[in-house]
Amino acid sequence: MIPESLQGNPMVAALADLATFAKFEFNELTIETAPENIVEALRRVKQDLKFERLTSVTGVDRLPVEPRYEVVYHLQSVAGNSRLRLKTRASGTNPKVPTATLVYRSAEWYERETFDLFGINFTGHPDMRRIMMPDGWEGHPLRKDYPITGARY
Amino acid sequence: MSNYSGISNPTDVHRDHQVHETNGSGHRTMVLNMGPQHPSTHGVLRLLLELDGETIVKAAPDIGYLHTGIEKEFEVKTYQQGVTLTDRIDYLAPLSNNLVYCLAAEKLLGLEIPEHAQWTRVMLAEFTRLNSHLVWLATHAIDIGAMSVFLYCFREREEILRIFEMFSGQRMMTSYFRIGGLALPHPRGWQKRVKDFVDIFASRVDQYEELLTNNRIWTGRTKGIGYISLEDMLDLGVTGPMLRAAGLKVDARKDTPYSSYEKFDFEVPTRTENDVYARYLLRVEEMRQSHKIIKQALEGMPSGSHQADAPGIVLPDREKMKTQMESLIYHFKIVSEGFRVPEGEVYQAIESPRGEVGCYMVSDGTQKPYRVHWRGPSFGNLQSTSKLIEGTLIADVIAALGSMDFVLGDTDR
Repeated sequence: MIPESLQGNPMVAALADLATFAKFEFNELTIETAPENIVEALRRVKQDLKFERLTSVTGVDRLPVEPRYEVVYHLQSVAGNSRLRLKTRASGTNPKVPTATLVYRSAEWYERETFDLFGINFTGHPDMRRIMMPDGWEGHPLRKDYPITGARY
Repeated sequence: MSNYSGISNPTDVHRDHQVHETNGSGHRTMVLNMGPQHPSTHGVLRLLLELDGETIVKAAPDIGYLHTGIEKEFEVKTYQQGVTLTDRIDYLAPLSNNLVYCLAAEKLLGLEIPEHAQWTRVMLAEFTRLNSHLVWLATHAIDIGAMSVFLYCFREREEILRIFEMFSGQRMMTSYFRIGGLALPHPRGWQKRVKDFVDIFASRVDQYEELLTNNRIWTGRTKGIGYISLEDMLDLGVTGPMLRAAGLKVDARKDTPYSSYEKFDFEVPTRTENDVYARYLLRVEEMRQSHKIIKQALEGMPSGSHQADAPGIVLPDREKMKTQMESLIYHFKIVSEGFRVPEGEVYQAIESPRGEVGCYMVSDGTQKPYRVHWRGPSFGNLQSTSKLIEGTLIADVIAALGSMDFVLGDTDR
């Protein structure tokens, strides 16, 4: 669902065939794609729209909504002085999203962090292991069903 | 790099012998574990270095020792309580972190902040930059072997901390910026305190430069060290002074001005040499520019309220609470329940002393944030470590790491 007011937007137009949803709120543009299209979307954003930097990758747990996880990419274009948010969703049972590391190397640690704290797997990632929590830790702390206190340690 | 038997996974080091033999050549490399308690890692960064003699063949940073789960903690605190957590993320730049958090929440709320509060925020954010750069210069110089710089830098830093204490009651964990404005009105006599500092500071920066800029040992240790190409930095997520020392003029204060930075006259310094020395010169120049901003803020501070006119979000005036029922109710409701923030998501980025600090805030319309993601500049910058130090000598690691100016609290959150 792309609202009519955004049809003319060059960033939305460049991703028109991939986008499943777009919104412009608080002066910020968000474009959503299916997980299988996210790498292609990032590639176009980098090459055609000149967004040189991937500032961060993170997750949001929308429990109990299904698909449960949102994976959020924040991008910045230094030359164009603009920012963009890309988004995709991963299911709760087997959360999987293709890795962005082939397009932006900075995704490596951010995806490891998202894996560590949300348990979302980034397929094709060169080094998919925990980064914040100790090796061998059970559970993923930023999930909404992970307790704030009382965890074993 | 696949022909090295070494350190794709840091835990391997415990299992393997410390000396590896690469396939074929008969050449031997050694894995050295640097940190997490190494003094020059300024916190708890662990580096695994695979060495061929004194040359670093491969480097793998291992972080997470200071992970405190602050992002999870945000989700169980009300919006206003969350401010106190932001100080603790980057303890050398507390007010920059307060600022980005407040700006993100204010964007969601659509709050208009009075000019007086905005200018105060600019002034104190620049004090924070000075504070952070002074600690950086002091410790960076000590790492490289210049002890006396430390003492000079901490003399001024102490005065900055006293100014923080005067405004907020706290030296380090200030929490002085609140959603809707400032925690307290300005203290009595602040102008004199700030003016005294402004009057001496320019000459103090000259003193640091006298100690270092033409010092042969300093230039020998820093010039030509720690090169990393601009393309690599952009690709690896590096921000802040490192990019500017490579000639890219990027600074959120100019590119997307916030909190009325557009009303201040200052330059964004850049260098092109892209080495440790250039990053030193750049940060010294940034201190001079911050000094300029503070001076303008001091001289042109607009009068007015320190808080937005937003009953239900900012705490009512103490005197009104004694005479007006509504104020008392508001006070009780804000303190006990917090305030509701409209549904939505925002990403707010500002220029902290270390680079871009970004706050991604998701609200579901309740009194507590649904999700806060902290994009710390140190995390992005540290990701370039391998690229920065691979192929250099082990003695240069200290200089190169120091020039990055990371804070592990900010990295691990």
